[in-house]
Amino acid sequence: METLFTPFSSFGGGLLIGLAAVLLMLGLGRILGATGILSGLVFTEGGEEFAWRAAMVAGMIAAPGLLYLATGFWPALTVPVSPAMIVVGGLIVGLGASLGSGCTSGHGVCGLSRLSVRSLVAVPTFMATAAITVFLIRHVFGA
Amino acid sequence: MKLIFAAITGIVFGAGIALSGMIDPAKVLNFFDLAGSWDPSLAFVMGGALVVTFLGYRLAWRRSAPLFEPRFQIPTSRVIDAKLVGGSALFGIGWGIAGFCPGAAIPALGTGRWEVALFLAAVTGGFFLRRLFARAGIARMA
Repeated sequence: METLFTPFSSFGGGLLIGLAAVLLMLGLGRILGATGILSGLVFTEGGEEFAWRAAMVAGMIAAPGLLYLATGFWPALTVPVSPAMIVVGGLIVGLGASLGSGCTSGHGVCGLSRLSVRSLVAVPTFMATAAITVFLIRHVFGA
Repeated sequence: MKLIFAAITGIVFGAGIALSGMIDPAKVLNFFDLAGSWDPSLAFVMGGALVVTFLGYRLAWRRSAPLFEPRFQIPTSRVIDAKLVGGSALFGIGWGIAGFCPGAAIPALGTGRWEVALFLAAVTGGFFLRRLFARAGIARMA
């Protein structure tokens, strides 16, 4: 399935993602990593550490609706894979991102910006395995 | 005040995910499908995010402390081990299978799609799997 090439809105969205990462560093002195924030909510010890993560996740979930109210923009969202692939992929994402201490936001945006050596290893690794996985699924097994 | 700031940060992040197209698994999978329906848009997302973060972090670090916390909490580890490489490799495989990553899926939950809730439930299951493995002592994943 083809998707539209959207360099301008993608770059603009990227600027906002970067702005959020900077705001969290400026305000709370933290790396904006979705895996860390989510697992911090799941394995919570309660209190302040839970509260700021919950507030942030609430803001993230409210964002598409607020963006729609402000601008009338509603994002395209097509799921081209089966429910079984969502479950298997999700389990592997959760296991891998927690073992590797980060995902696209933590290692990709924040880690690379800090020139972290761990992120400089992690990001090419997960980009490569993602591309190989998509190649195998679509062009070898023909799903 | 700190919580309002965190919520606003979440809104800015989620709006960026929605506007950029990261929220759309079809677009994410096409970014990785170099041999098929390739859509290079997500390179522009990463480019935009890195420019702002690279410069913004350095401005933020000019302060002696963040606004609402006594100190910056920045990872200091430089260890490249099997956990980092293997975990990242696994993460990419899961991302390539499902088309969602955690940072895209949390804002995507706000669109009300059931597939997103299913994905995030599975991700949470993956966190527990890791704990289970760690307890069982497999590959010293603790």
